Amino acid sequence: MATEAEEATGLSFHPMEQFLVKPLFGDGPVHWYTPTNVTLWMFITVAAIVALLVMGTRGRAIVPNRVQSVAELAYGMVHKMVEDVAGKDALKYFPYIMTLFMFITFSNMLGLLPKSFTTTSHIAVTGVLALAVFISVTVIGFVKNGTHFLGLFWVTSAPLALRPILAVIEVISYFVRPVSHSIRLAGNMMAGHAVIKVFAGFAAIAAISPLSILAVTAVYGLEVLVSFIQAYVFTILTCVYLKDALHPAH
Amino acid sequence: MFSLLQEAATTAAGHTEEAAATAAAGAEAAESASGMPQLDFSTFPNQIFWLVITLGVLYWVLSRIALPRIAAVISDRQGAITGDLMAAEEFKQKAKEAEAAYDKALADARVEAGKIVAANRAEIQKELDAAIARADAEIAARTAESEKRLAEIRTSSAADAREVARDVTGELVRSFGGKADEAAVDQAVDSRMKGTVQ
Repeated sequence: MATEAEEATGLSFHPMEQFLVKPLFGDGPVHWYTPTNVTLWMFITVAAIVALLVMGTRGRAIVPNRVQSVAELAYGMVHKMVEDVAGKDALKYFPYIMTLFMFITFSNMLGLLPKSFTTTSHIAVTGVLALAVFISVTVIGFVKNGTHFLGLFWVTSAPLALRPILAVIEVISYFVRPVSHSIRLAGNMMAGHAVIKVFAGFAAIAAISPLSILAVTAVYGLEVLVSFIQAYVFTILTCVYLKDALHPAH
Repeated sequence: MFSLLQEAATTAAGHTEEAAATAAAGAEAAESASGMPQLDFSTFPNQIFWLVITLGVLYWVLSRIALPRIAAVISDRQGAITGDLMAAEEFKQKAKEAEAAYDKALADARVEAGKIVAANRAEIQKELDAAIARADAEIAARTAESEKRLAEIRTSSAADAREVARDVTGELVRSFGGKADEAAVDQAVDSRMKGTVQ
């Protein structure tokens, strides 16, 4: 399509092309069941997690090897997070939170491989993750506490006159949670990858290319950090929401 | 540098405009390429479907296999560490007891050795005393015997000397032509020898 312009300047900018959802086989339309690059990279994510957490711990060694150490480190980190943030009674939900953390971490990290596809850069994916957390947390809140759960919105420590206003604000902030929860993750992933692509595009100009490659390296390093931190943030927010559901009193 | 960047930016902008123009011309794929693929709602069912399957599989694997296994390994290790620490404490206690027993045995042995030494010393002293006494007695006996023999020798020698003196006196008297009176010689010899021998 725009080959003429590319040939004229030597530049090619397709920062968003990496996020395209494409069928793996052929060029047909993307139906809900079509195996796409989403399927492929989610499968790779699952395979990597299984390799770490299942294959890595196959030895069940008292003195762990490196892979088992990493698996135990991840387990210990999330387990401690759930226990510290959401309390001991939240450990029942630990497997689901661990699933979320491992899926997001591995999707983010695998998305940093060149030519890969970042599933967590899509709002459809993070939206489902966040909505699942939102709905399950709300259901848990009502099941565990009944109508007491609504006390979350009724700030008893505030003066009576302010409480209705605060209640409105609390309700709004409660329903904004899944939106911020999902857009934070997808936005971070998308922005970082797009920035890398833009810098990489400039590398075609000889005069700028050293700077461009340096910038790509720097942003890549930053993205590794962001990938982990966003997974961590998503998980810890899930724990915070879960705590609100289990202990709604302010 | 800045101008270069600006130039690049304008060409990029021109490029996207052009792409948008071609997209408007027809191709549906090009349309999604120019915009945000994240907002292409036609791919949502696909992504959601595969995500749900992925999460389901992952949750099953983690909750059934991985997490129980890791939990078991960690608690095993905790148990092993606690057990080892307890065993170490026990061994330490045993070592302390052994040391105390050793010290006690050493002290006992020392006391026993002291006793044995004292007993031996007393026994040796006794034997020594007995030996000394025996030796003293023997020495005394021998001394007495020697004295007796000396006395015998002395008396016999005195008798011999008188005999010799008497014989010599008799011979002398005879050789001078006199007649030796036995009694007078004896008396003379005895009176001379009194004071010299005895």
